[in-house]
Order: sequence, then structure tokens, then C-alpha cells
Amino acid sequence: MNNFGYHFWTVMPRLWGGATITIKITAIAVCIGMVIGMVMALSKLSKIWPLRIVSNIYIECLRGTPLYVQILLFHFGVPGLINSMDGVSGFHFNVMTTAIVVCSLNSGAYIAEIFRSGIQSIDKGQMEAARSLGMNHKKAMQYIILPQAVKRVIPPLCNEFIVLLKDTSLLAVIGVTEIMKVGQIYTSTSYAPFPAYIGVACVYLILTFTISRVVHYVEVKWNMSSN
Amino acid sequence: MIEVKNLYKSFGKLEVLKGISETIQDQEVVCVIGPSGSGKSTFLRCLNLLEEPTSGVIMVDGVEITDKKNDVNKIRENMGMVFQRFNLFPHMTVLDNITLAPMKVKGMDKAKAEAQAMELLRKVGLIEKAQVYPDNLSGGQQQRVAIARALAMNPDIMLFDEPTSALDPEMVGEVLNVIRDLAKEGMTMVIVTHEMGFAREVADRVLFIDGGNVLEQGTPQELFGNPQQERTKNFLAKVL
Repeated sequence: MNNFGYHFWTVMPRLWGGATITIKITAIAVCIGMVIGMVMALSKLSKIWPLRIVSNIYIECLRGTPLYVQILLFHFGVPGLINSMDGVSGFHFNVMTTAIVVCSLNSGAYIAEIFRSGIQSIDKGQMEAARSLGMNHKKAMQYIILPQAVKRVIPPLCNEFIVLLKDTSLLAVIGVTEIMKVGQIYTSTSYAPFPAYIGVACVYLILTFTISRVVHYVEVKWNMSSN
Repeated sequence: MIEVKNLYKSFGKLEVLKGISETIQDQEVVCVIGPSGSGKSTFLRCLNLLEEPTSGVIMVDGVEITDKKNDVNKIRENMGMVFQRFNLFPHMTVLDNITLAPMKVKGMDKAKAEAQAMELLRKVGLIEKAQVYPDNLSGGQQQRVAIARALAMNPDIMLFDEPTSALDPEMVGEVLNVIRDLAKEGMTMVIVTHEMGFAREVADRVLFIDGGNVLEQGTPQELFGNPQQERTKNFLAKVL
């Protein structure tokens, strides 16, 4: 315990290095996840039944299995399957590729549900009013429903952002040198798990706290500018 | 002119409209009265296909709107609708509420749409509220904006679905005044209402709907002064 200060301040700069990787993966995955989520939410609400089935399967499978399993399945399972085919060997994914693909697909499923519930929470009189003015379904969505839904989904979207940021720690298992992995590496050489993991926890806390404050600020600002 | 032939509408097993046939002439003001759940709002909402009829034919100015080949959006451009709950767009100012559809549906340029919107706001007496958001307006003001919004598409026909039912009593008058002015200008209108005094004054013809059928109809003098059906007499005795 007397070396706590030494280890803590030694591991911290390294953890910040890991944090840049964590932030990069989370930011890219949330952006791609929002695009996937919007497409899947609109598909799930679509009148075209094949779209509804595809989005339902996607959402149920990605939400219904652990992210940990998804990471291992994609990173080791898929290349294993491909390499078992005739004439193929040595196929593998870069760890960052796995990180971004799996995190995007996983958060896309949650974000789809956030968008869907946001869209459905808009009073149906809004759609009727827009349609009664001669707008087609697409224009009514674009100008009336989605702008209102977007504001309502900010708090749950912020929550999803924070959850995903923390969940990227699971990527340590395939060797992505994000915050968690950096902490593990330090522990294995220094035999000082307490200061190392306290450091890891502090870095996550600083990041998530920052996100929630920024989002809160945006929300307040937005509410002042319009209704 | 709106021609309705054998209009049926069911929600699941519940049959709400049971074969209504009706013709509404150009420039005619028709008020639809009847007890709650009688199907009068459903009848109105079928006229611009917010509800899809189960069967029957609706012709508007010679175009069969119930024919799926015809573009429902084009038809609706020509029929304004005012709702019981106003349904203004809360994320837009009053001015943007009114200019949106002319700009995005008709492709009208912004300056022209805004000039027209200001003219309509003057007409409904709310010119000073152009930059205000709907939440900051009273119910009566919101409903007048909703009327202006519908008029901005320059429709030939206006449909009103209980336009004063969600208003505080002291605000009913200001909304009815606007509708009354429209009637004087010769707008074709179908008004579902519980305001019997207003119906008597403004309507050319009154339809009494009960149980999914037009039970009785006539001029306000005939229907209110000398109702023929027992059911009509009972209803009027309760509401007048």
C-alpha cells in the first residue's frame, strides 16, 4: 500500500494512452451504430414485412447475446470458419477491425430500439396533421416526426454511449490496448493490481462523467432555443 | 363537390359506418351532429382518407379518391383539415407551421410563403404571434393558427373535426368567428360539431348521424325546428 502513489501515477499516463483507443472505438462505433440504428428503426416500423423481419432478427440476436461472445465469435470464430475452407489459410481480422465492427453492430441494435421508441412516442396527430397538408410519408417523417423524436432520444442515447464506452473494456480479451488492457498489462508486470485498477476505474469515470455533462449541457441549450 | 356512395368503415369487428351516401355541393357548409361514438368523426376522416374506408366510393371534384391509383397526397393538398387537438408542430414557430407545407409540398419560395402566411395570420387575428412557438399560445390561438396552416395550401374544401371541443368555453367564440368568416367567403366546409347554436347559424345543411348512418338531414330550420325522427328529437332535447 505504501507504493500506491508511485504505481498510481506511473500507470495513469499509460492509461490515458489507452483512453485514446477507447474513445476512438466508442466514437466511431456510436456514429456507425446511429446510422444502423436509424435504418433498423425505420425498417421495424415499415409497412414492408421483409424489412420488419430482418430488423427484428438483427435486433433480437445482437441484444440477446453478450457482447463478449460476439467479440470472440467474430474475431476467432469467423476466421476459423473461413480458414477451414479449402485453399484458404491465415485469414484473420485486425483487432481494431473487430473492435469497430462488433461494437457498431452491437450498439446499432440498442440504438435502433431507442429510435423506434422515440418515433413512436410522437403523438399520432402530428403525422395526421402533416399528411392532411398533402405531405407524403417521407416528408412527414423528415420534417415533423424525426426532428421531434431526435430531441426525445438524447437522454437514452447518452446512456447508450456511456454503456458502450464501458463495454469496450471487453475488447481486452482480443488484445486491443484500450484502458482495460493497459491496466492488465501494468498489473502483470508490477504486481500492483489495486493502484492499477483504481486508475482504470478513475479514467472510465472521468470519461463517462464528461460525456454526461456535455450531453446535459446540449440538452439544456436545446430546450432554451426551442420547444 | 364531394360525393360519397355506400361508405362502410369497420375497425376490426366494430362496424362504425354502415353505408353512408351523401353529396356535398361546392360552397356548401354542412354541419355534422350526433352523439359520441356515432361515427361522425370517422365519416369526416374518411373524406380525406385519414381513415381508409372498408368499402364504398368517395369522389372529390370528379376524382375517385378511394381508387388506389390516384395520388392521395395530391387530393389532400386540396382539402384542409382542422383537428380537435390542433396538432400544431411544436418544434416550429407559428410562421414555420404555416409555411412548411406550401414550401415543401408545393415548392413555393420562402418569401412568397411567408407573405401569404402573414396575410393568413392577419385574417385569424394573430399577426403578432408569427415568431412564437405553439406551446406559448392559448388553445383558441392554437386552433386559429391550425386553421391558417390548413388555408395556406389554398384548399377548396375544409374539414373541421370538432374544432372547439378541446377549448375553454371563453375561447370557443374566437375560433367560431374565423370559421364563420370562411363560410361567408364561400368555402366548401364539412364541420363536425357539438355547437348546436353555431350549426344552426352557419350551416346550409345539417346531418344527424347516429349508429353509423345519416338518420336525418335538412336545413337547420328543418332539423332543429321540426325533427322527424324520434332519435333526433331525443338527441336535440338533451343538447339544446
